[in-house]
Amino acid sequence: MLENLQKSLTTALERFRGPRALSEKEVQEGLRDVRRALLEADVHFQVAKQFTEGVRDKLLGGERLKGVSGSQQAVHAFHQELVALMHSDEPALPKNPGHPMVLLMAGLQGAGKTTTAAKLALWLRKRQNRKVLLAACDLQRPAAVDQLVTLGRQLEIDVHAETPGERGVDPVSVARRALAKAKDGHYDAVIIDSAGRLHIDEELMGEIQAVCGAVKPDATYLVLDSMTGQDAVESARSFSEHLDLHGVILTKIDGDARGGAALSVRQVTGKPLAFLGTGETPADLEEFQAERVASRILDMGDVVGLVEKAQEAVDEEAQVEDYMRLMQGRFTMEDLLSQFKMMRKMGSMKKLLGMLPGAGKMSGLLDQVDDREFSRVEAIILSMTPKERLHPELIDGSRRKRISRGAGVEVADVNRLYKSYQQMQKQMKSMGKMLTGGRSKKRMLKQLNQKGRLPGMPGFPGLS
Amino acid sequence: MVFARLQAGLKRTRNRIQHAMRRLSGDRSTADTLDALEEVLYTADVGPISAELLTQAEAELKAGRLARPGEMEGWLRERLLQTIQGPDAGDPLPLAQQAPTVVLVVGVNGAGKTTSIAKLVKWLQDRKLQVLVAAADTYRAAAVEQLTIWCERLGADLIKSQHGADPAAVAHDGVEAALARGADVLVVDTAGRLHTQKNLMAELEKIARVLGRKLDGAPHHTLLVLDATTGQNAIQQARLFGQRVPLSGVILSKLDGTAKGGAVISVGREIGLPVSFVGLGESLDDFAVFQPAEFVDALFDPVDHATAP
Repeated sequence: MLENLQKSLTTALERFRGPRALSEKEVQEGLRDVRRALLEADVHFQVAKQFTEGVRDKLLGGERLKGVSGSQQAVHAFHQELVALMHSDEPALPKNPGHPMVLLMAGLQGAGKTTTAAKLALWLRKRQNRKVLLAACDLQRPAAVDQLVTLGRQLEIDVHAETPGERGVDPVSVARRALAKAKDGHYDAVIIDSAGRLHIDEELMGEIQAVCGAVKPDATYLVLDSMTGQDAVESARSFSEHLDLHGVILTKIDGDARGGAALSVRQVTGKPLAFLGTGETPADLEEFQAERVASRILDMGDVVGLVEKAQEAVDEEAQVEDYMRLMQGRFTMEDLLSQFKMMRKMGSMKKLLGMLPGAGKMSGLLDQVDDREFSRVEAIILSMTPKERLHPELIDGSRRKRISRGAGVEVADVNRLYKSYQQMQKQMKSMGKMLTGGRSKKRMLKQLNQKGRLPGMPGFPGLS
Repeated sequence: MVFARLQAGLKRTRNRIQHAMRRLSGDRSTADTLDALEEVLYTADVGPISAELLTQAEAELKAGRLARPGEMEGWLRERLLQTIQGPDAGDPLPLAQQAPTVVLVVGVNGAGKTTSIAKLVKWLQDRKLQVLVAAADTYRAAAVEQLTIWCERLGADLIKSQHGADPAAVAHDGVEAALARGADVLVVDTAGRLHTQKNLMAELEKIARVLGRKLDGAPHHTLLVLDATTGQNAIQQARLFGQRVPLSGVILSKLDGTAKGGAVISVGREIGLPVSFVGLGESLDDFAVFQPAEFVDALFDPVDHATAP
């Protein structure tokens, strides 16, 4: 995400990368480029201006630090300003919610309210183990109710829905009845989907205000399309004038959005970003972290995110067990397979690689990484007998032919896999000597707990 | 009429822009003037060509060709008009020699495809054309239901399949039905997809391919629906969709609200893609053929000077 802003900012930042101190004129010129980069990334005009002024003051006003290069200092100043721009102490969820907690979704048409309501419900269930009820109060858009009902069915989340157009079915009544149902059914949270609006539309604004009055939400979120241009700030401002917003949820951030809205919204409205919609599947919702996004924008890599993701997927004890064995050079096809499976669990390869520092520069390369390639490898390994998997050296020409038929690939593909297996085994062996250096399993586990990672987990040759 | 509404919609933007414009026409230094111009251009989402226009303006100012107050505005309008592209010969949707004319409608999630299709169908029906719609958005929950409701209101025939069906198969059935029923125009709805989703973009390619195999020359028109509130991402949308299907024009949706749609200027410039239609409000009649001159006027003119058609 945010690749465009990242690219243009990186280019603009090149000016600051020299070893020597920059003159005032050079700083000014560099900052003009930065401002244009921000503007072309849809950052609001006023925000872009304030931002560059803030960086300028830091660069020109502050004294020069010893032992720090000009570029490091510049990147640091940018990082600080970016974090300051987006950071808020307000947590993503309301602090002292009632029971059930009531969350209301508001936003322009097509911003993604209905999808986000479902994503948030899933997030609450998965991350916080809460029982969630969705309430379908968008009675305007044809079939919006059906959409939420279908999503609820897919995710196995209960939906309170009524038929639009029938007597007594209006947004306020539906919201009230949903809340009553949530209380009766001991739900922990209710998420209310509302009708989309063009925000000059006083009638719909009145409607959502009435819903607010009736159910007193603990938090109202503005759902905002991250591809919105300068208008993002205008609509955020207009919504926050009419509603007591808790925060903003930025959607479609996977659509190579330029991220300008992310940078502008808090500054202009004072409302923090709470969540990011990061992909097409219902699980793709992330809590917003200013630090992390600032680092990603400056291409410092999202190391925290990477580690967290890896930890979710891996059972630590088993990890150390494998690690020790691998480091001693006993690396089998089974290991290769389980590594692939683990990576699958962590999410798509591309997303994972995208979190690595410097990944922005190799986004072209990332596009070549094809998740289907991994399915093929998986198929090949699964076509081997258990014995072959543990003793790959057994795999001769005729076995290769059989395996390739079983996996539906060419023999050449099997050969290629075998070759990279051999390469990796070699790599593991030499790394093992280097890294473990006789450390015990117990010590390794301790280290893992402290640092959250193992020393130099090997990557796949040719991929990392 | 429609453009009067467009002007009302653009009013807020215009106010902001005019404020900057007033600064532009005041007697100021070159640097101040350029600052104000920068604000005008970027606030309207005009995008990448802004840098170029700024350089040109600087040269004009320094050469003294843009000295008098007020000249800047006319110069800017002229430059934008040279860049912006409307439909060829004012006809956004020339019919194929042999019916049916197939119109494929694509766009990102939430751009307003389904509503725009309803308006387009109405526009075609007003021209006494018999229209058939194919619901090839089989992905989004309840998308088919939404289109069904619209088609019932419009009295247009709809070809549909169940949720999760192969969209290319629906497109295929659409052409078959259009041929059998002698429809003049077949409009094919597709699922919203972000242009970065490769598998879904490949699916779009397949839909176009199937249409072409079933009927020579189809799809005759492929319209990209762009949300007028979209910023510079619009260029990337047009570029990536254009790599998969031959785009013929843009439907600029949601041009009411505070949206300005300035991004289409850069889309025209960078991709060479004209704007065919604009969609304004919630009513089915809020739909019109795009007029470049009116569009630029609506951005920069006070209301009383406007020439509403």
